[in-house]
Amino acid sequence: MDEDLFYWQAVNIALDRAMEEDPDVFVMGEDVGLYGGTYRATENLMAKYGELRVRDTPISENSFTGLGVGAAMTGLRPVIEIMTVNFALLALDSIVNLAAKIPFMSGGQFPVPLTIRMPGGVAKQLGAQHSQRLEHTLMNVPGLRIAVPFTPQDAYGQLRQAIRSDDPIIVLEHDLLYFSKGAVDLDAKAPPMHRAIVRRPGTDITCAAYSLMVAEALAAAETLKESGISMEVIDLRSLSPIDWNCLQQSVEKTHHMIIAEEDSGFAGAGAELAATVQERCFYSLDAPVSRVAGMNIPIPFNAALESAAIPHAADIVLAARKMLLERSQTS
Amino acid sequence: MDHERLQGFLYDMLLARAFEERAAQEYTQGHIAGFLHLYPGEEAVAVGSIRAAEPSDYIVSTYREHVHALIRDIEPKKIMAELYGKSTGVSRGMGGSMHLFDKERRFMGGYAIVGETFPIAAGIGYSILYRHLPEVVLCYFGDGAVNQGTFHESLNMAALWKLPVLFICENNHYQIGTEIHRHSAVVDVYKRAASYAIPAEQVDGMDVEQVYAHTHSALDRIRAGGGPYLLEFQTYRYRGHSMADPGAYRPPAEVRAFGGQDPILLATRELARHNPPSKSAQASDPAMDVIQQHIDKGFAAGHWQEEDVATMKAQIQQILDEAVAFAQSSPSLTMDDAVFLANQNHAHEVLF
Repeated sequence: MDEDLFYWQAVNIALDRAMEEDPDVFVMGEDVGLYGGTYRATENLMAKYGELRVRDTPISENSFTGLGVGAAMTGLRPVIEIMTVNFALLALDSIVNLAAKIPFMSGGQFPVPLTIRMPGGVAKQLGAQHSQRLEHTLMNVPGLRIAVPFTPQDAYGQLRQAIRSDDPIIVLEHDLLYFSKGAVDLDAKAPPMHRAIVRRPGTDITCAAYSLMVAEALAAAETLKESGISMEVIDLRSLSPIDWNCLQQSVEKTHHMIIAEEDSGFAGAGAELAATVQERCFYSLDAPVSRVAGMNIPIPFNAALESAAIPHAADIVLAARKMLLERSQTS
Repeated sequence: MDHERLQGFLYDMLLARAFEERAAQEYTQGHIAGFLHLYPGEEAVAVGSIRAAEPSDYIVSTYREHVHALIRDIEPKKIMAELYGKSTGVSRGMGGSMHLFDKERRFMGGYAIVGETFPIAAGIGYSILYRHLPEVVLCYFGDGAVNQGTFHESLNMAALWKLPVLFICENNHYQIGTEIHRHSAVVDVYKRAASYAIPAEQVDGMDVEQVYAHTHSALDRIRAGGGPYLLEFQTYRYRGHSMADPGAYRPPAEVRAFGGQDPILLATRELARHNPPSKSAQASDPAMDVIQQHIDKGFAAGHWQEEDVATMKAQIQQILDEAVAFAQSSPSLTMDDAVFLANQNHAHEVLF
């Protein structure tokens, strides 16, 4: 049955249900217990499951993430919350050198069924240190899987899938999505974790986006419709692995592609998307793949500059019009 | 201490030394490559501590871990095959010298980034606590690791949550080429544990009997619910940091000693001159090779004769010949093996 839930509530219910079902699942992180999580995602879990299963940690990101790896090696299913992506920089050794490597270099003896949740992205004037995205760094690490849920339904479903998986999986949430609302069917069969989904069908141009940028892409599609342009919006849902077939099918239909990403464009997720789409679909494309991305500067604190440093629906609209206009002028 | 145990220690230490020297030989001949960090000089630490543990206890080790694996009774041939990068290796050839793993023997890996053993051990300790089991994690690290953040972060969590972890410092006084007085403001590692209210001792790591006794009582205490404990074993490594390291940072006299007819004895005598043992570590004579000391004690107490030692050495020689032959004749890995391993944990999942 569908319920309208906040994104944070969907995460909360996913954790609750996973813990109820499997006594090996435990949650650990800064302020996840008594405080209930800085975005309320772990609210009431400590009261229900006790301190051993919902553990407040010291501010020691590398070691409590590494602790999760050690616990996972012995068959537990830890869900580590890193308060923000920015703090995960301190835990990169545990994520990159431990979680992603141990299953492989132990010759398959030790799976690491670890889930790491963390919000990231540009919120509202948090300053350069608290406004980062780390997907480019994590995508470059073989052995990690990365889910980027956009809807409350996916926040619920993909987290449940991540916890059940035997791989180390990063679930990248977005600061500004926690208080977005959407219908959630808790009993629906979720699509495979890494399948991309067409959020809005279209025929003239494809826009691939993920996380909060899907909202911008959908708004852009609505605007473009007014001028008779039909834009298909794909929610990637996953950045590693990537559902190339979904992108390919769309490009073969629309022959035009825009990638919208909040992160800096340079060496970002969009660079990988653009390169591979052009490798796979070169002869279907009527124009070079275009990236609408964040500027290559630290995110400014000033509100106007902060907003101007990342893409919005208007930028996607502009990119789409430009691509189609250039195409019509050359043909 | 009983005869059988002492004889076991002797066998273990001789096997450990011979394995490492054989690995060095294989490396020099170009049969194995990469980083190779050897353990001669530190044998008493691995032998005394691991023999004091139960098979149900976990071991988390560093990149200098061949001997920990051997003493954990992982077959020498499977370790040698791993050094060769063969599929018959203990980590199926995917780990190499620095990454030995054996799930069955609860050998939870060798880790090659200094300081990683702390959080891994804390995690296994958390799992033991979670399941209310009478098990302990033995967490090895060198003196160089205590300045990593993970040492402090993990000791804090271990103490805070009373995790059953025995932290074992193999203090060989060098972090690669930097001597402990040049890398640590406090050179008595055990004193640092006090910051986290973890009981700790400094023990002579050249005396296998002392290592065994102190480890045994620490494990008892942890098993009884006493929370983590730290043992600092004062030891020496006779060789360079790795096979790539000629050890030029050591005092010239010490370096010359390595070129002598009997490098082990010479080196230890020189080391003793330059690094007088701390007061609490004076029970053994650091001027004497760690194994020779144990042999001499056994002679004096009538535990064994020259021919007993010779017999053991011959047995070990045969084991190592077989190990090398096994490694050499084992099939090579293919890229299919690697790709299979990289995907096997989600092989049952539908990804798209």
